[in-house]
Amino acid sequence: MKKLAALVATFLLVASSAFADTTVKVDGSTTVLPIMQKMVEVYMKANPSVKFTVSGGGSGNGIKAIIDGTTDIAMASRKMKDKEIALAKEKGVAAKEIVISIDAIIPVVNPANKVSGATIEQLKDLYAGKITEWKALGGEGPVVVISRDTSSGTYESWEELVMKGEKVFPGALLQASSGAVVQAVSKNKNAIGYVGVGYLDASTKPLTVNGIVGNDETAASGKYPIARDLYLYTNGEPKGEIKKFVDWALGAEGQKLVKEAGFVPLKK
Amino acid sequence: MAASRKTKDSVIRIAFLVTALSSIVALGLIMLYLFIEGLPIFEHVSVTDFLFGHLWYPTSDPPEFGIFPLIVASVAVTLVSSALAIPLGVMTAIYLAEIAGPKTRGFFKPVVELLAALPSVVIGFFGMVVVAPFLQDTFDLATGLNLFNAALMLAFMSVPTICSVSEDAIYSVPAELKEASLALGATHWETISRVIIPASLSGISTAIILGMSRAIGETMVVLMVAGGAAMIPNSLFSPVRPMPSSIAAEMAEAPFRGDHYYALFAIGIVLFLFTLLFNIIADHIAEKHKQVGAATL
Repeated sequence: MKKLAALVATFLLVASSAFADTTVKVDGSTTVLPIMQKMVEVYMKANPSVKFTVSGGGSGNGIKAIIDGTTDIAMASRKMKDKEIALAKEKGVAAKEIVISIDAIIPVVNPANKVSGATIEQLKDLYAGKITEWKALGGEGPVVVISRDTSSGTYESWEELVMKGEKVFPGALLQASSGAVVQAVSKNKNAIGYVGVGYLDASTKPLTVNGIVGNDETAASGKYPIARDLYLYTNGEPKGEIKKFVDWALGAEGQKLVKEAGFVPLKK
Repeated sequence: MAASRKTKDSVIRIAFLVTALSSIVALGLIMLYLFIEGLPIFEHVSVTDFLFGHLWYPTSDPPEFGIFPLIVASVAVTLVSSALAIPLGVMTAIYLAEIAGPKTRGFFKPVVELLAALPSVVIGFFGMVVVAPFLQDTFDLATGLNLFNAALMLAFMSVPTICSVSEDAIYSVPAELKEASLALGATHWETISRVIIPASLSGISTAIILGMSRAIGETMVVLMVAGGAAMIPNSLFSPVRPMPSSIAAEMAEAPFRGDHYYALFAIGIVLFLFTLLFNIIADHIAEKHKQVGAATL
């Protein structure tokens, strides 16, 4: 019995010491999730007194959580809508927008493919299943369209920036990771896929979009069309531990992790 | 003294009972969880729309949860792989049990069983980087990641199961039957085809069904080599997306307890019912054609 009491006491002690630390809740976009997970992992190692809980419920849910006050930081792959801003005001929340990185997605083909560029409209037609032969773009052979699983943030970005409301046709092959897309495209001379800028290597050939080469510079300057800003939202100006974290994330160390996660770091 | 021996005995008995129960309890809890997490989707989508809908766009707005192409893909991949694996597996088993000498058998059997020990991700990788480009070049296909490739890789995986279980069944056919047949003047082939195989048919059927249920539940291989297009295949070389690969690819990022999450669990239920059906059939056949002594033929 004594032993049990001691055990309970220890448990309570551990639990209360856990409560003494600051816990920061992060929720939102699955596109931003991999960046956030990398950052939080490194940040918590350096600052063990701050605990982060990160979950990815989608941009909408993250923004909803910041409006309801159930999260400290919201991740979003889009700006807050006017309706959401109004709703936040109503509840006394002044959401502060912070751009954390840029998401640039590059269409890639097999190096043996003669095609070197496409317009956004052509990409859309390819992924909608309307263009089925490379002849339409100056190449040859049938087109094999490779897409990502519908839960991935990359798919979400592609759907928004290229498909613009149309659906990727069911005949598109599914790969579960960007690495697998690169692998599949490099093995198939008919294939087209899309990956984050961090996944480009010699085994695939990036296509120019509307004649613009996709890289960190063109994405940061806004010239490259398949790019968008990724945001964090906080309730009012970030304060205390949250401010420390945000400043760190926007600094050199945080932005290095952005690049490692396959995204475009902010220009300093 | 006698009492303590009795106590010891009953303690051991209970310990074994608990051990035996633990797996049943674990299975029960997993099933319960599967149904708790899967059934809520049917509040939003009718069972018919879910099972027979042709479009799978779980994250679009509005989402579409039709898994018919996924079911067709699973069934097609399993059937094609069985068509490849059954003759291979059963014929290897007959060779090993009846024709091969003890030395050859001692060498071949462990090798065949070793094939079962290959991790599925290795088989998947082989299919992706070796078989897919080969198929594409040889048959001039748009893509080598397709139904046939997946079926071929799955056949690799179910051959050892089919072979090893049916070999045991053939090997355990009583020697009297064989001897009687040979004594009546039948040739070795006649003995195999008219006596041995009919006598071990229940074991062979069980083996086949176990192999098929291995194929339908396999995830990694189909995720890597089936192509993943969520549409009904129109040829042997169409890319397909069987049920397990959709679950594996999408579960990690589906919002917890959202409709997409529930839908993936509901696919799990469908898959579970398929394998359950296979196992019941296997059990039924094994029970019905049970070899009792040497006199049942």
